[in-house]
Amino acid sequence: MKRHSAFTLAQQALRGHKDWPQTWAKGTLKPKYDAVVIGGGGHGLATAYYLAKTHGITRVAVLEKGWIGGGNTGRNTTVIRSNYFYPESVALYDLALRLYEGLSRELNYNIMLSQRGMLIAAHTPAQMEICARIANAMQINGVDGRLMDAQEATRRVPLANQSADARYRLTGGIWQDRAGVARHDAVAWGYARAASALGVDIIENCEVIDIIVEAGCVTGVETTHGRVKTSALGLATAGATTGLTAPHGISLPIQTYALQAFVSEPVKPVLDTVLLYLGTGTYLSQSDKGELVIGGGLDRVPTHGKTGNLPMQEQIISGLLEMFPAFGQLKLLRQWAGVVDVVPDSSPILGPAGPKGLFLNCGWGTGGFKAIPAGGTLLAHMLATGGHHDISRPFDLTRFITGRLIDEAAGSGIAH
Amino acid sequence: MQLFPCPFCGLRAEAEFHFATTAGRARPEGAPDDVAWARYLYGEDAPKGLTTEIWLHTTCGEYFLLTRNSLTRLITGSEALR
Repeated sequence: MKRHSAFTLAQQALRGHKDWPQTWAKGTLKPKYDAVVIGGGGHGLATAYYLAKTHGITRVAVLEKGWIGGGNTGRNTTVIRSNYFYPESVALYDLALRLYEGLSRELNYNIMLSQRGMLIAAHTPAQMEICARIANAMQINGVDGRLMDAQEATRRVPLANQSADARYRLTGGIWQDRAGVARHDAVAWGYARAASALGVDIIENCEVIDIIVEAGCVTGVETTHGRVKTSALGLATAGATTGLTAPHGISLPIQTYALQAFVSEPVKPVLDTVLLYLGTGTYLSQSDKGELVIGGGLDRVPTHGKTGNLPMQEQIISGLLEMFPAFGQLKLLRQWAGVVDVVPDSSPILGPAGPKGLFLNCGWGTGGFKAIPAGGTLLAHMLATGGHHDISRPFDLTRFITGRLIDEAAGSGIAH
Repeated sequence: MQLFPCPFCGLRAEAEFHFATTAGRARPEGAPDDVAWARYLYGEDAPKGLTTEIWLHTTCGEYFLLTRNSLTRLITGSEALR
């Protein structure tokens, strides 16, 4: 792998960007691997990278039914944060945030991490109480988070509607300084480049049709490119997970929904933080190109289709305009949806399931992008060692049997 | 806005409806073990394609069975639960 540096960037610029090397090698499927990861999104590619880098396992294949980073990795709003309530969640999401903080250097690939801070904005005394509770929990869990008052919040978000008849006047909220956004494609491509350089085979347009199980153990997968043998199989397939597990009698507490997002036409800088409004459930940030990147809650109708439906669009956009009347003239450039795997406690499922050798990385719901480096680290650990990492253990599927749920939706009082 | 058929009220806007659960999970009889009980409580499994679900029409307060395609959103049936 040819390393990027300021010098090589300047060299390419002078040559008119005509001879950039290929970022990652197109793999050809071999008949047998030490580990196979299904899903070439951020989580799958990160898993392959950490298998090779941390555990020295390089006979690894990533099987992607479309193109890498083309699923939810390319369909989210790129927010990275660790402002969660329970210690287990903070340990998980802050591991991801810490790894993100060093990722451009580690991968030698600029993921354009911009830690511009995030405000979860409140507008009632009751919400301020919840915010104080979460800020306290974050501090107890050792993460930077604090309660922000109305004055500072208004200074941070000067365009927010503070008129006398505003329905959601800012009363403050929770602030996390280290939160921010990153370039989603760069995360997928950076991991793919680094994994490929370590010998991982990344196979695109290769759909896994079935998992092959013999005598209670995973022995391989059946794909559209033929059969592949492996005894260690990781699933990082988000909304498509149940289609692979259900035929093997593995019952998952997953329901899939479309999660929509929008970008506006580009405008001059108007917002330099990530903002989530508790009152409307709408959240937004401004991209480097000037577009407002807007998201909201889940569609209310379970679906595997990636279109998104109109009632939720109306709710999200009306929330945006309630908060920022000044955006009423903006045009939306694009709208899209991702298919997300939602579990009852809004926490991921990490761990073994069903036949020996099968490990899950799913259930991230609306928040998978921010967790990519942690999801990859933990799935790689499980595939390499056959057992849990301390951080993944509380997220085992058995929590739905024992009742030890990690209910972040209830714990933090915000939509995920 | 898609129209959903309530067996009692006819075609109404989808925003009037609330998804409850995937239909067909039978409540375990007797004293089920934890695994069977968890499967009953949580085993949604998000079927792709044709699926039967329990929905609530919030306007009239009735639960009913809705048969639809979870990929294309096409609705093929609506039936009262009682």
